[in-house]
Amino acid sequence: MIELKNITKAYITSAGVVPILKGISLKINDGEFVAITGPSGSGKSTLMNIIGALDTPTSGEYFLDNKNVSFLSDDELAEIRNGKIGFVFQTFNLLPRATVIRNVSVPLIYAEVPKPERELKARQALQDAGLDENLFNHLSNQLSGGQMQRVAIARALVNNPSLILADEPTGNLDSKTGEIVLKTFTDLNRNQRHTIILITHEREVAEHADRIISIKDGVIVEDYNGLKQKG
Amino acid sequence: MKNQDLLEEIYFALFTNKIRSFLTILGIVIGIGSVIAMIAIGQGSQSSIQSRIESLGSNLIAVTPGAQRGIGMSVSGGRGTAQTLTIDDAAAINGLALAQAVEPEVSSRRQVIAKGTNTNVSVVGTTAEYLTVRNVQVEQGSFISELDKTNKTKIAVLGPTARDDLFGENSDAVGQTIRINGIEFKVIGVTAAKGGNTMSSQDNMVFIPITTDQQYLSGNKYVSSIYVSAINQDSMDALQTDITDLLLARHNITDSTKADFTTTNQADIASTASSVADTFTILLASVASISLVVGGIGIMNMMLTTVTERTREIGLRKAIGAKKKNINSQFLGEAIALTFIGGIVGIILGCLASVAISQFGGTVTKIAPWSIFLAFGVSALIGIIFGYYPAQRAAKLNPIEALRYE
Repeated sequence: MIELKNITKAYITSAGVVPILKGISLKINDGEFVAITGPSGSGKSTLMNIIGALDTPTSGEYFLDNKNVSFLSDDELAEIRNGKIGFVFQTFNLLPRATVIRNVSVPLIYAEVPKPERELKARQALQDAGLDENLFNHLSNQLSGGQMQRVAIARALVNNPSLILADEPTGNLDSKTGEIVLKTFTDLNRNQRHTIILITHEREVAEHADRIISIKDGVIVEDYNGLKQKG
Repeated sequence: MKNQDLLEEIYFALFTNKIRSFLTILGIVIGIGSVIAMIAIGQGSQSSIQSRIESLGSNLIAVTPGAQRGIGMSVSGGRGTAQTLTIDDAAAINGLALAQAVEPEVSSRRQVIAKGTNTNVSVVGTTAEYLTVRNVQVEQGSFISELDKTNKTKIAVLGPTARDDLFGENSDAVGQTIRINGIEFKVIGVTAAKGGNTMSSQDNMVFIPITTDQQYLSGNKYVSSIYVSAINQDSMDALQTDITDLLLARHNITDSTKADFTTTNQADIASTASSVADTFTILLASVASISLVVGGIGIMNMMLTTVTERTREIGLRKAIGAKKKNINSQFLGEAIALTFIGGIVGIILGCLASVAISQFGGTVTKIAPWSIFLAFGVSALIGIIFGYYPAQRAAKLNPIEALRYE
């Protein structure tokens, strides 16, 4: 469960203090599929960095699974990211010239999981992400964009995180492949109750989620929950 | 992160960039290899200088005629050409308590003829003490005896090279005759080979009794040098002083700066020579260590390039849970692994080069074990020093910026 209480973030530049987030409060429960959307410059990337424990807020409090992670050190944040958050990036960010299995195992190396167990977990995650088993021992740079993104999703899943954070996951894919990747997210949410947060500027991508949070100029302008409306 | 996984990541990273890793390692290999080879050459020449000096004889003091160069004197008194020392001086020195054996000699280069062949060698008029003082063994027959000296017999003992030149290699020369200045000498023995350089080798000499030499060849009562061996190494300085005092008294010289002879202590020669060799070693090693430093800079260069090139990978690793120390130890580990491999290969190549130099290059080399430890320590240190900065830079990268890096 994620809870943000009046989060602000400001950057100090030569032009003075530039506020990016101006008091964001929101709560995301386990098993939700949420899209955070907004035009560029709205602050959604900054919000993602804070939710993803990549950055700390200027003020306000952030609770991840009831633990306050607002003001932790870099290494403590690294531990949180390793154990609780799975990232999927627009540019995949796979290790080139490394096998698919190896790529998926990297988070487990930092979690100090023994090697035989790593292999098993990586295979399971790849199956969950829907990658063809023939490709498991291919090098990551031999794959297509859609296949690479599935490897990235498997890497995000492998630690069994509380939260999967996907930053424009379809940004580098054609619409057909993008659709397949988005379906993978939907399946993971529906079938395995993974909490998924999708960051995107495209309305039609955001509409795959159950709940859409729109941000503009550092504040939430809309929080639309499709499930509640239907229910 | 477990150590085994760290090693695997390091291996993987270096293996992915085979050519670059190889070239970086090559820099270290050349550096370490040349340090070891250069020190081996330096040490080798030092030990060969030392053994040559020792082969002259042990605890040796040489007395040669000619004035010592005093303060304010621009010309020395033609050392070795002056005629001031006699056999009686040698006999007097023999009376000194610290002198173990004394050997006067008259030496000159002469043409020696045997059955149609002839050679130009050093003909040395000497006494039976030559063997003791100059540390020479007789291989065949016998050496000059006390009786030969008294009777001025016309006998000769050949050095092995002189024997080879006159009678053919390893031939039996004992009993044959040779002619020096038209005078026949009967060969009674051959000395054992001692080595040394070809020009002044004791192997290329013909020994005759000193009195015979004075009577038939040089024609005067003077000797060209007197070699004295001290009873032990510690008494050499005292003996040198005793000899000086004794000869000054015998030659009626009161002012020691006007002495008509020179004494040279073997230990002085040895220490001068070895300090020269030390300087030589240091010079060679410093030249070689420049290439080691260049190799280290090569490592730093590669690591910095790698860090820049792998910025996104570092960002990703941090995003998925790598801590600062994980990133730091990976990059530092890569640098150390490069120097470690380079160090080992460099040590092997350096040793092989040293052996090859003594085999084919004609220079004696001696691999110093300390130089191997030094080279290895230095290479590990280079890995740490030159890997530290790039690793720190990688560890400090902000994951958000690193992920966005284009």
